[in-house]
Amino acid sequence: MAKPKVAFYWCASCGGCEETVVDLNEDILKVADAVDIVLWPVALDFKRKDIEAMKDGEIAVSFINGAVRLEEQEEMVKLLRQKSGLVVAFGACAHLGGIPGLGNFWNRDAIFQRVYKEVPTVENPEGTVPQQKTKVKEGELELPEFYDTVKTLNQTIDVDYYLPGCPPPPDLIMNAVNAILKGELPEKGAVLAPNKALCDTCPRAETKPDKLSIDEVKRPWQIKLDPEKCFLAQGVICMGPATRTGCGETCIRANQPCRGCFGPVDGVVDQGAKALSMVASILGVEGEENMTEEEVKKLIDGIADPAGTVYRFSLASSLLRRRRME
Amino acid sequence: MKKITIDPITRLEGHGKIEIFLNDEGNCEWATLQIPELRGFEKFSEGRAAEEMPRITTMICGVCPTAHHMAATKALDDLWKVEPTTAAKKIRELMYNAFQAEDHILHFFFLGGPDFVVGPQAPAGERNVLGVIAKAGLEAGGKVIEMRKRMRNVLRIIGGKPVMPTCGLPGGVSKQISEDERKTIIEAGEYGVDFCKFALSLFDDIVLKNKEYVDLVTGDVYSHRTYYMGLVDENNKVNFYDGQIRVVDPNGKEFAKFKVQNYLDHIREHVEPWTYVRFSYLKKVGWKGFVDGEESGVFRVAPLARLNVSDGMATPLAQEAYDKMYETLGGKPVHSTLAFHWARLVEALYASERVLELANDPDITSDDIVNLPTETPKEGIGVVEAPRGTLIHHYQTDDQGILTGVNLIVATQNNSAAINMSVEKAAKALIKKGNVPDGILNMIEMAFRAYDPCHACATHSLPGMMPLEVSVYDSKGELIKRLRRD
Repeated sequence: MAKPKVAFYWCASCGGCEETVVDLNEDILKVADAVDIVLWPVALDFKRKDIEAMKDGEIAVSFINGAVRLEEQEEMVKLLRQKSGLVVAFGACAHLGGIPGLGNFWNRDAIFQRVYKEVPTVENPEGTVPQQKTKVKEGELELPEFYDTVKTLNQTIDVDYYLPGCPPPPDLIMNAVNAILKGELPEKGAVLAPNKALCDTCPRAETKPDKLSIDEVKRPWQIKLDPEKCFLAQGVICMGPATRTGCGETCIRANQPCRGCFGPVDGVVDQGAKALSMVASILGVEGEENMTEEEVKKLIDGIADPAGTVYRFSLASSLLRRRRME
Repeated sequence: MKKITIDPITRLEGHGKIEIFLNDEGNCEWATLQIPELRGFEKFSEGRAAEEMPRITTMICGVCPTAHHMAATKALDDLWKVEPTTAAKKIRELMYNAFQAEDHILHFFFLGGPDFVVGPQAPAGERNVLGVIAKAGLEAGGKVIEMRKRMRNVLRIIGGKPVMPTCGLPGGVSKQISEDERKTIIEAGEYGVDFCKFALSLFDDIVLKNKEYVDLVTGDVYSHRTYYMGLVDENNKVNFYDGQIRVVDPNGKEFAKFKVQNYLDHIREHVEPWTYVRFSYLKKVGWKGFVDGEESGVFRVAPLARLNVSDGMATPLAQEAYDKMYETLGGKPVHSTLAFHWARLVEALYASERVLELANDPDITSDDIVNLPTETPKEGIGVVEAPRGTLIHHYQTDDQGILTGVNLIVATQNNSAAINMSVEKAAKALIKKGNVPDGILNMIEMAFRAYDPCHACATHSLPGMMPLEVSVYDSKGELIKRLRRD
């Protein structure tokens, strides 16, 4: 029997998803042995025409990482969708928009203004910014269009499964590959990680009080972080309750609160909204009835950059999608 | 006029594209590397809480996240005017050197090394990490994987995860190192030192004993007389984590030495409409275009630049390797772009020695890992030497530490003008009278691969071979020739 054909592709991404595949170490040889990798731009030659020449559905599965920001990325993922039986959104950017999705707080003009005109090192009296077409004396140069809005993969094409995380951990990658090889796949649309909140598997779970109450929000630099105690019990905002587990609690084990890269558990449409309601439900629970309006405001103001915290990885996938620009 | 496009089709419209224009005689008139990629971190970081920057800017680059993590963390120290504890500084520097060692070795064996170890004229199919292993032996291949695994485990111990570490805080780090972990780190350091000695001996056997390679390294096609920039410690020795920024002129004479807080007095950036990357230059010399020499403000960063600006290495074995390199290449400064590869190995040895030194330091397992900030934040600037060169983060905030202004001078920006010049010089030397030899693909690729450019990691093609396509168009835009390297 012919080996199943597999493609890896990247859009607007940083290369971290590629690194995590290399971090499979010896296991990567097992994968390479079991499948026929037809496309992996970081590692193999890529001929778009070869993909175009394939029959629809000929590729068993395409793993696609990165958010979608350029026209070319959009074309390529549509082509892969057509040629693939399964498409897996690989990593937080394809899944949720990820950190590049924070760009949706702004638009192209605002970003260009800052990057090419305002930053203190730029010497640009003529106000030059990159153009899609530039005439030079020798000829013409072209750049791809930079979109106003960052999109997730499933806002661009139909997605079958999601491998969450920034980056996805090696064990979840291997589980997904094995499930695909054995044909033991869950329902379409599933996130290939446990359907539990991070708090359920957190090594500090025992120190999380049954009834949490924060009377003063602490930023991570304002206290000596206790290496064993629940962050919320220390007054530090942690996205654990609003985030899916499966990451191995790596940030918690390095004594830093969760920032939500795995996205929400099943059934939650908007991770940020979920996190906000979680925070609202634990702020000043004890003695709430005795607080003045000013005290309540002070308590809430203690959360630095609420939008950038609860939507750190998921702004592009949220109900808001982006900020409305005047 | 003909136009030739070398498109790293691995990235489609991704992160790097070479355009070559031929004149009527069929010689190269102009060539350039375009970066068709931008994400806008400088803008969308505004409004974020400053302390989150070590956990946001890591996502600029998944290959060098530790560099951004550390530059951001040091900018936070400066923002809150808080001095990290002694142990915290050592833990950070230890982590940082483990990262440098691992990243340099990845580059040498997977990316740049194949050009030398297997040979620039070898068939493309062999010019990759498998070719390196075939030539150096299977045992060597296992060592490369083992080295990377061990050093990345050090990153996991200290930072939580090697891709996207999380431990940096203003005034320190979040996690203490246990005695058990220290043992693991010592073993990794010992392995690293042995491995880097082996890598240098391999370089000696395969490259330095081959006259053809030495001629290539010392030849003019891959040479530029530029300024150099890098961090040095109080003895003017190379330091990746801290120190002052030193600049030397094309003759090797000190041109400037300054604290990063004064970087605006020294560094400026130029904007071109045909690329998304900005071009750094020395303010006091000025932007004179894509040219080298003392009159041009173009400078270079990364391994060779660091060695050129320094008076040596702070560890004994690396110092020996440093001396040998300059003896062989005829003294300082070395202008040959291909010597970046050699310098990278010298630095990997230093990084491994430094990991071992710090792991054995009594302070390294201290629980005194953070000083809490007490000052009101306003402005902070941090610098590290990323594997690919000097990296600066500059933050301005309101009095609550919410970011109002962010500037990032990323290593590859500093090299971007020189990379363009190197590509152009190689194209001019290799293309004559419209003759575009197949070998041009690798020869031009070698010109920029030596810098290990990190355009969002575009060129970190893992097997050391970025498939390329050259298209030759006539003046009407008709395709007349296509070369492809599989």
